Amino acid sequence: MPMNANQMIDKVRGSRVWRSVFRSGTGSSTLHRALAIQQNIFLHLFATKVRKRIVRFSATWYLGTLTLGTFLILVITGILLMLYYHPSVPQAYADMKDLQFVVSSGLFLRNLHRWSAQLMVFLVFAHMFKVFYRGAYRTPREFNWVIGVVLLVITLLLSYTGYLLPWDQLAFWAITVGSNLSSAVPLVGGKIHFLLLGGNQVNANALLRFYVLHCVVLPLAAILFIAIHFWRIRKDGGLYVQQSEPKTQAIPDGALAAKEGQ
Amino acid sequence: MPDATHIITTKLPTEFDRRAFFTKMGLGSLGIAAAGTILFSYEYLSPNVLYEPSAVVNAGKPESFAMNSVTMDVNSGIYLVRAEEGYFALSAVCTHLGCLTAWNQDLGIIACPCHGSKFTRTGEKIEGPAPKPLPWLKTWVSDEGDLMVDRSTDIPPLQYLRI
Repeated sequence: MPMNANQMIDKVRGSRVWRSVFRSGTGSSTLHRALAIQQNIFLHLFATKVRKRIVRFSATWYLGTLTLGTFLILVITGILLMLYYHPSVPQAYADMKDLQFVVSSGLFLRNLHRWSAQLMVFLVFAHMFKVFYRGAYRTPREFNWVIGVVLLVITLLLSYTGYLLPWDQLAFWAITVGSNLSSAVPLVGGKIHFLLLGGNQVNANALLRFYVLHCVVLPLAAILFIAIHFWRIRKDGGLYVQQSEPKTQAIPDGALAAKEGQ
Repeated sequence: MPDATHIITTKLPTEFDRRAFFTKMGLGSLGIAAAGTILFSYEYLSPNVLYEPSAVVNAGKPESFAMNSVTMDVNSGIYLVRAEEGYFALSAVCTHLGCLTAWNQDLGIIACPCHGSKFTRTGEKIEGPAPKPLPWLKTWVSDEGDLMVDRSTDIPPLQYLRI
């Protein structure tokens, strides 16, 4: 007996292999749909149930999700760029030029990485402004705001460390100037500068250190904090629902007068 | 049972003391281990050998510099100046954020392209964000008669090298 598409899907979803992977079972009941979220390692970070008006575009402009999107693009394009880039003084600049002019789709991947990086910094700021002006940083979400600030710093450090890797004049002098800023820290400034560059000037050690920070340390830190950030959204009661403006008559006369008096 | 209560109250402090002792031992060991890790990491991250160019630069014969000339050595980041009073070497690295400055022959000043700091020929600041004048560097004449500059050693300004 021929099966239609839906019957086929149901058969696959009812199979032993499928059930061994997705244990929540089939069905469109509220329980099954909740279990599908709760029992998935990726989705369980999120709430099983959200208000419809909070997933509308107008509520958040999807700025956080878009930021994650640019981050994922950066991870994928970054790994691909790593396959042709050597973080060494004689080769770095030539490899960057090879990526632009010799490697198939190299120019596309490099530009995608660069533009996504610019866009990610913009989106992080836009996301923070949106959260701030909606008042979504207030209790009980203060800690998630702090995690967000950490993620902002990681994003900026990723931008900064990535800036040296083309190893051109712009990169060299930008990092010379930027690393000299750290020398201004009282007492330990010189030491921080020395540890950051692995020497007294922007040289082979600095290139390698920035490469390791850019490709390993900072992305891992970002992934860790992104996971905490998303998990805290659920723990702090889901995405922030903006309360409607209190009605004028609901405010006592005294309070209103006191407010005007300020 | 007064005897039993008595035994319990005398036993409790010794038990607590032993636990507190082990807690202190554990935390203390962890503290030492953490301090050691920080020290170890700091030592590891500080290179002991640097493959950087030598701080001592051989600038060539003193006679090769014309009177009242400012010569920049881009590779070593220094100016070699021959003035009426004698020779001196000046660091070309801006004291603001480390950019390489440039000598402007027409205006007779040293200017930084990054943030607009300006200096006189003797390194004094004219304007700009630079917090300090350009340092004077130790100079001497080698046994072979070459003008030598040590970029790592600053000297007080206006100590001309007379030959």
